[in-house]
Amino acid sequence: MSNKQKWIETTLAKALERGKERKEFKSTSGFPLDRLATPEDVRGDYESTLGYPGQYPFTRGVQPTMYRGRLWTMRQYAGFATAEESNQRYKYLLSQGQTGLSIAFDLPTQIGYDSDDPVATGEIGRVGVAIDSMKDMEILFDGIPMDKVSTSMTINAPAVVLLAFYIAAAEKQGVSPDKLNGTTQNDILKEYAARGTYIFPPAPSMRLVTNLFGYCSVNTPKWNTISISGYHMREAGCTAAQEIAFTLADGIAYVEAALSAGMDVDAFAGRLAFFFASHNNLLEEVAKFRAARRLWAKIMKERFHAKNERSMMLRFHTQTAGCTLTAQQPDNNIVRVAVQSLAAVMGGTQSLHTNSKDEALALPTEESVRIALRTQQIIGYESGVADSIDPLAGSYYVESLTDTLQAKAEEYIARIDDLGGATKAVETGFIQREITESAYEYQKTVETKEQIVVGQNEFIVEKVPVGKLLKIDPATAEYQIKKLTDVRRNRNQELVQEKLAALRAAAETDANLMPYILDCARLYATEGEICNELRAVFGEYRATEVL
Amino acid sequence: MADKKIRILIAKPGLDGHDRGAKVIARTLRDAGYEVIYTGLRQSPEQIVAAAISEDVDAIGISVLSGAHGYLFPRIIELLKEQNATDILLFGGGIIPDDDIPALKEAGVAEIFTPGAPLADITNFLSSRYAS
Amino acid sequence: MPHKEQPDFQDLLARGQEGDRRAIGRMISRVEASGVADHVMMQQLWAHIGRARVVGITGPPGAGKSTMTDRMVKYWRKKDYRVGVIAVDPSSPFTGGAILGDRVRMNDLALDTGVYIRSMSTRGQLGGLSLACSGAVSVLDACGYDPILIETVGVGQSEVAVMNVADLVLVVSVPGLGDDIQAIKAGILEIGDVFAVNKADLPGADRTARELHIMLSMNPELSADLPPILMLSAEQNKGVEELCESVEERFSLMQNSQELIMRRNRRLEKELMAYIQNRLYKQVLSPALANDSFESNVEAFRTNKRNPYTWAENILKQIQIEGSTP
Repeated sequence: MSNKQKWIETTLAKALERGKERKEFKSTSGFPLDRLATPEDVRGDYESTLGYPGQYPFTRGVQPTMYRGRLWTMRQYAGFATAEESNQRYKYLLSQGQTGLSIAFDLPTQIGYDSDDPVATGEIGRVGVAIDSMKDMEILFDGIPMDKVSTSMTINAPAVVLLAFYIAAAEKQGVSPDKLNGTTQNDILKEYAARGTYIFPPAPSMRLVTNLFGYCSVNTPKWNTISISGYHMREAGCTAAQEIAFTLADGIAYVEAALSAGMDVDAFAGRLAFFFASHNNLLEEVAKFRAARRLWAKIMKERFHAKNERSMMLRFHTQTAGCTLTAQQPDNNIVRVAVQSLAAVMGGTQSLHTNSKDEALALPTEESVRIALRTQQIIGYESGVADSIDPLAGSYYVESLTDTLQAKAEEYIARIDDLGGATKAVETGFIQREITESAYEYQKTVETKEQIVVGQNEFIVEKVPVGKLLKIDPATAEYQIKKLTDVRRNRNQELVQEKLAALRAAAETDANLMPYILDCARLYATEGEICNELRAVFGEYRATEVL
Repeated sequence: MADKKIRILIAKPGLDGHDRGAKVIARTLRDAGYEVIYTGLRQSPEQIVAAAISEDVDAIGISVLSGAHGYLFPRIIELLKEQNATDILLFGGGIIPDDDIPALKEAGVAEIFTPGAPLADITNFLSSRYAS
Repeated sequence: MPHKEQPDFQDLLARGQEGDRRAIGRMISRVEASGVADHVMMQQLWAHIGRARVVGITGPPGAGKSTMTDRMVKYWRKKDYRVGVIAVDPSSPFTGGAILGDRVRMNDLALDTGVYIRSMSTRGQLGGLSLACSGAVSVLDACGYDPILIETVGVGQSEVAVMNVADLVLVVSVPGLGDDIQAIKAGILEIGDVFAVNKADLPGADRTARELHIMLSMNPELSADLPPILMLSAEQNKGVEELCESVEERFSLMQNSQELIMRRNRRLEKELMAYIQNRLYKQVLSPALANDSFESNVEAFRTNKRNPYTWAENILKQIQIEGSTP
């Protein structure tokens, strides 16, 4: 009998006779949590399962020096109203010590509609900035040197179009594409699964994804072509284990798509980036990041036979979990965000967005964004957690959680493989069903107070009026539409039509569409016009609704 | 034989794709014994009202997280009025600042549930309206 | 409860016939609430019905029935027919609640005033589907909808029930549902008039069609006149036209051979019998049972204090059906 077993049967048993434990302890992923992890709960040999940072299997991190070399990129997702107003916010954030930009687009932009399209009514500039053409991109980066800043764009279905606007606007600044640094989210599969900003059916969408890979591998070597995102699936309700599994399964699908488009794995895999959520359960989250890193390295090495170690590195951005923010007592959210940020940093993130305390109520104000950024800075410069690499490694508990989460994720990935891969799993609604199921189960635990949400279902206070919220000026839409009309009036109409026709013709073939879209972008063709050409050829996706 | 069942249309109007709330509500209402007609994402107010009328629902519930509530709720009310169908209740939820709620209620929205509202609030609201 | 005006049925029918969808919606709700179109409603509807071709569409979950229905509606809309759709989903046997989600795949029909779509739940009762559903069909028929498509998921009782409402049954299959054709239950093969293999762009579609053909050929009753098997991809809108044409052709054959009339007669008989039984149960048997219910006797039966058959005879005596075995 092991010493742990002896302890369980003697000392612990007596204690439990005197008083029961508070509740049954489970991970958020549903598996039971051991009350005490000991060396016997950690299997696997150090060198092969943990190893060293910057070396396979990257459990301890992707860079050899991690945050000793440079802290993570502090990148606040921002954007609202018009390019003019967002430009001001970006300049403010950069002046406050933010090190990268992250553009939030409004919904019409994310779904390929111009601001004057009837379906855009009420949505212009609401959840992000409205970008209709290269003109708006020029304004957005006015006074911001595009060769110096790294820019992340949360854009998916029309990622090729917005990247074309970005490249064309940079050219006007005199910056060539090879100098550009940043990321396009470009992750369409999770749009079908959770986030909903799809346009085209899966097959042509996957083509656009790989077109972007192909163009960038030659022209923008520093650009991260995709950010394979678990964040939104987690926000939609899946568990930590599912988040790893669904994200990596999507990653597998993209790698397969690029391989079948004839690319060499090491030519593109090093530019793949990932994006995860960070939740309140600090240690489970740290374990999640470590498990994801180790599992992706294994997949790239063993399944895809990547040769270059860079192809095996899971580099990721993290955002603190929006769904954990409460509208009640919003100041409490500052603490949640701090805990979640700690998890991201101790999990080895490459960049981080911290949510603002008021985001369950509206878009954040400048003041609340500053607190969110300061939270990162305090962790980076004052807490000391960034001073030694992967500081929680060797904790019996964290290592056993890491092992368990990896095993759970591998089980899910095997099921998705059986279904024919992530694209099929989304088309048949498997992933959506799993997410919805988890979301509903979680909500029921909140309802019964099995899960306490401080300030929301327990420790409630009388509602106090919240402070200032950001309001979008109703005149935004009018202004944006006028600007769009001017753009259309002042361009070479004939040339635009010619290039749009060329794009449509190319869409009918197997050609890489990126150069054609760039041609249109440079002439101030609008996003809606470009997407409509593609809609005419590709058709539109209709959701598999799963309840 | 069957009694009159309360039928509720749950929809996501506008372009916002965050349907976690709408789906959780649909399931909650189903488990509370309602018949839920779910129409999914990207529904225009016109589509929502046309569906509500064909389906002869008792209430429409919509979820808006994109900030477009100031347009979408009043538009649906307006269309219900045009169709002479104001007996169909409209309720909703999402990221809706407290300050905006009075105007929405003024426009004819029966109830607004903001983030963190217990599911029981929603089922209680409906059962108080449709107590048999 | 918010007040709902209760205009009389005659009035609703007149409005419905002018295309007022709100009136149609109300009529169907009334039919649904009573579980069957009662005689007052039916007497008013009767003079106006019998024109619509009623097509039942059934098949396993995931066969793409809703998308197929959507495309078929569009086919008939192009030919200027006014099309009715009834989409039936199961309800929870425990709470009676249901999520009816078939409209999602037909959302772009919502604004077409020539289409009426109604979602119905099985409301957890055996036979309930066919009674309420046939009432809804009568309403749509009386309001000039033709054809009327009834979509039901092919699990449990509903695929057989659809036969009690539809003139013609279209059975949908798809490749890759595990043991392929085994996924289509034997019973469903016998009620199919037209077979469709959807998602025909997927690998294995030919095999599914071949297996269907073999299974159908083994049925001696069909050997002379095998139902057509069509391949289509509803999602890509390929083969939908051929499918609809085949359905139309089948209808004309049935019309010419009197088969349609025979089927409708059989159905009417069943429906009336069900109606009578339903009323008998409600108005005669239920009151008798209320006085001396089965539940109140369970303990007595179990302990042999009372003979269950004596109890049954007593109930019959109360409703004045006496005597020995019928």
